[in-house]
Amino acid sequence: MTQVRVSITRKDGLSDPEGVATRRALLDLGYDVGEVHFGRIINLEVDDTDEASVRAAVTAMCERLLANPVIEDYSIEVLS
Amino acid sequence: MTIGRRVAVIVFPGSNCERDVAYAMQLLGADPELVWHRETDLSEFDGVILPGGFAHGDYLRTGAIARFSPVMTEVERLADAGTPVLGICNGFQILCEAGLLPGALVANRDLKFICRPVHLRVESTDSVLTRAATVGDVLRIPLNSFEGNYVAPAPVLDDLENGGVVLRYSDADGSVSDAANPNGSLNNIAGIANGGGNVAGLMPHPERAIETVLGSTDGRILLESFVASLDRVTA
Repeated sequence: MTQVRVSITRKDGLSDPEGVATRRALLDLGYDVGEVHFGRIINLEVDDTDEASVRAAVTAMCERLLANPVIEDYSIEVLS
Repeated sequence: MTIGRRVAVIVFPGSNCERDVAYAMQLLGADPELVWHRETDLSEFDGVILPGGFAHGDYLRTGAIARFSPVMTEVERLADAGTPVLGICNGFQILCEAGLLPGALVANRDLKFICRPVHLRVESTDSVLTRAATVGDVLRIPLNSFEGNYVAPAPVLDDLENGGVVLRYSDADGSVSDAANPNGSLNNIAGIANGGGNVAGLMPHPERAIETVLGSTDGRILLESFVASLDRVTA
């Protein structure tokens, strides 16, 4: 088994209302922050130990289902 | 006449507007049937509607899992063949996830669930959703969604603006402004269609505005457009 973490974020330039609302609250609290973007983390177990083939499989999963390539970017971390 | 034209109203786990849609179809002279999302043959139908709700719990993203329900391969086949396909609210989100319509729907600008009537201006009559309407008509129809904020990358939006936008949020006079934009949708987009005009989607619920008792009958013209489109093509 290989543990994989997929991080999904909204593409630059597309509206991220949660990020905007949270940034506003952080500014109200006195924290000087620039843009705030929300994302999603998905932890997966893949039944394969070859890193290259795990990456290829998870990339396909991201393209087809886990991310919406129209509005989201994704990154893949192989943890173990 | 279009009486008896068969419309498949797809039911996903979590759909909740299918009966209202079926009722509306019947009222307008079509012959609707509720079809479970695991069905793989829709060849007996003249049109397909994906109704509102929370298909598959809206997990992952709205429409993301429904897009892979077994019935969707068949919906894609019919859409490609020119059959009228309409997505309302969650159904619109599913059509976008499936790539049958461009762009995506994300959380409303103000992060509030919106449940109220809105005004829509008809922008194009070149779709199964608007062909019986007139450009410039203003319709008052309920909006009922949290993820109704239409987004698309700039090139996709530019392409869509060449006739693909069929409805925009407006005020009661038909003026399109930021103040009349309930959810932050780019260019006030409320409804769009594909290049062929046979696949259309909108966030508001026309099926909830078809009888005086519902407060508005403005949704009729949109659903009448759909019913009138049913005998044009059969896949």
